Amino acid sequence: MSALTFTLRSAPAQRVDVGMLNPAALAGQAASDIAAIALNVGKRAVRADELFDITGDDTTDIVFRGDCRTLERIGAGMKSGRVTVDGDAGPYVGQGLLGGTITVAGSAGAFCATGMKGGRIDIAGNVGESAGGAIPGEMKGMAGGLLLVGGHAGDRLGDRMRRGQILVAGNAGDYCGSRMIAGTIAVAGSLGAYPAYGMKRGTLIFNALPAQMLPTIVDCGAHRLGFLSLLYASWKGLPGPFGALDAGACTVRRYMGDMAVGGRGELLVRG
Amino acid sequence: MIINGVAIDDTFAEAFGMRGIRLIITAYNETWALHSANALTGFATSVIACGAEAGIERMMSPDETPDGRPGVSVLVFAVSSKELIKQIERRVGQCVLTSPTSAIFAGLDEGDPVPLGKTLRYFGDGFQTSKQIAGKRYWRIPVMDGEFLVQDTARMVKAVGGGNFLVLADTQVQALEACEAAIVDMRKLPEIVMPFPGGVVRSGSKVGSKYKALSASTNDAFCPTLRGATKSELDERIGAVLEIVIDGLTDASVKKAMEVGMRAVCRIGAAGGIRRLSAGNYGGKLGQFQYHLREILK
Repeated sequence: MSALTFTLRSAPAQRVDVGMLNPAALAGQAASDIAAIALNVGKRAVRADELFDITGDDTTDIVFRGDCRTLERIGAGMKSGRVTVDGDAGPYVGQGLLGGTITVAGSAGAFCATGMKGGRIDIAGNVGESAGGAIPGEMKGMAGGLLLVGGHAGDRLGDRMRRGQILVAGNAGDYCGSRMIAGTIAVAGSLGAYPAYGMKRGTLIFNALPAQMLPTIVDCGAHRLGFLSLLYASWKGLPGPFGALDAGACTVRRYMGDMAVGGRGELLVRG
Repeated sequence: MIINGVAIDDTFAEAFGMRGIRLIITAYNETWALHSANALTGFATSVIACGAEAGIERMMSPDETPDGRPGVSVLVFAVSSKELIKQIERRVGQCVLTSPTSAIFAGLDEGDPVPLGKTLRYFGDGFQTSKQIAGKRYWRIPVMDGEFLVQDTARMVKAVGGGNFLVLADTQVQALEACEAAIVDMRKLPEIVMPFPGGVVRSGSKVGSKYKALSASTNDAFCPTLRGATKSELDERIGAVLEIVIDGLTDASVKKAMEVGMRAVCRIGAAGGIRRLSAGNYGGKLGQFQYHLREILK
């Protein structure tokens, strides 16, 4: 068996929801059935084989090729298996992901991993705004699993995040961890303004202080926090800077906030 | 059966089904991990009055513990799930939470749940925070030296309590030295503890008493000073009897510990004043497990 591969014939002019092209939805379907799946391009419904060259037959291993920046919800809701994007991906990658892995060789659009509850998403490049964040109308963003970003993250990273982990090797934009409810976000690079805005609980781990801090974030001093050794050990071997952290280096400067909303969240600054 | 001059009685040890749990206590250094472990396993020699039987299983090096610090593995046993849960809450709350730099983790991955941080977290008065790491939940409770890290839930399993053997010797000192040698070898084994002080007990008991309030009383048949006054199990050469009691997570681990202990005693042999090995039982009517000495040593 070879990977079920969807190669775009040409980049669609409008966004296309490809959420149904995931391992669970395609399991057991014949090639002709997969080719006949109707996808909405704007207000026009088109057959999948009109949009893609479809090759391969392994529905547990799905590959998207071509310029996929207009493809939305890649791997949405999948429970197991693997989805690979051989380039850039559009918004909502891995929306509501329950299990399995999604790998994007390039960058991903906004709201990557929103509503994700399990599994793992690897984005080699950058992610747009509100990665792991809640889409408008939702009370929670990411609720489990692991999002690894090799490049930079946009604004409002982890907005209303409920659980899970987001690790960003590059920089993060403004309002990182805004309205966060729980979970862990670590950023190896620099930060935009006002992280932890409206943050209720959860953990933000940085290598340096952001340029602008909210006045409602309070300094609690430098401490050795034992849970970090377990956290760092669990990241061992991951690609990027977090996979090589010394599990014994658990001393951080701890800030708590946002005191405007209860202040049980924490910003931990390493080094 | 006679081994190195030591007569092995044709009898058996009678042991009981219990509930057992392994916990891992870590701290800044081995000394403080031991302080905490000694407190947690203190006053836990017999379920008759202590509620639990407990002991230190072994020391753990930093590369074996979840948080990379020196640690101690402890085993705790109780007669029921309910009692074990109660004992763990009290003992961890009073002896580990209170001990400087300590943290505590589950030592078993399988079994029925026993709340650890799940109940202790309330000490944090709302400042406690939980973290889910690699599928396990932990609680961070702020304390005056930093944070007390405690796993949310530990696991308990069906276990065995009351494996035992009796060492009958010419003198008290000879019996004691033989038991010390046995304990040294037995402490190298996993999944077992010898809950009495130093692993050895002198006050073996029988069921019942002339006093209505007592359910157990001294085992007069093995008391050397009563040799002529009661239906004694001792001949005129026996000057002292000591017992080693074993609790283990599995039937096999208790059996193995008995074998290792008895062989250590037999190595000292008659030349060292050891005359007989026997065991405590209740006629086979009370316990689920029977460990026949001659079968174990054959």
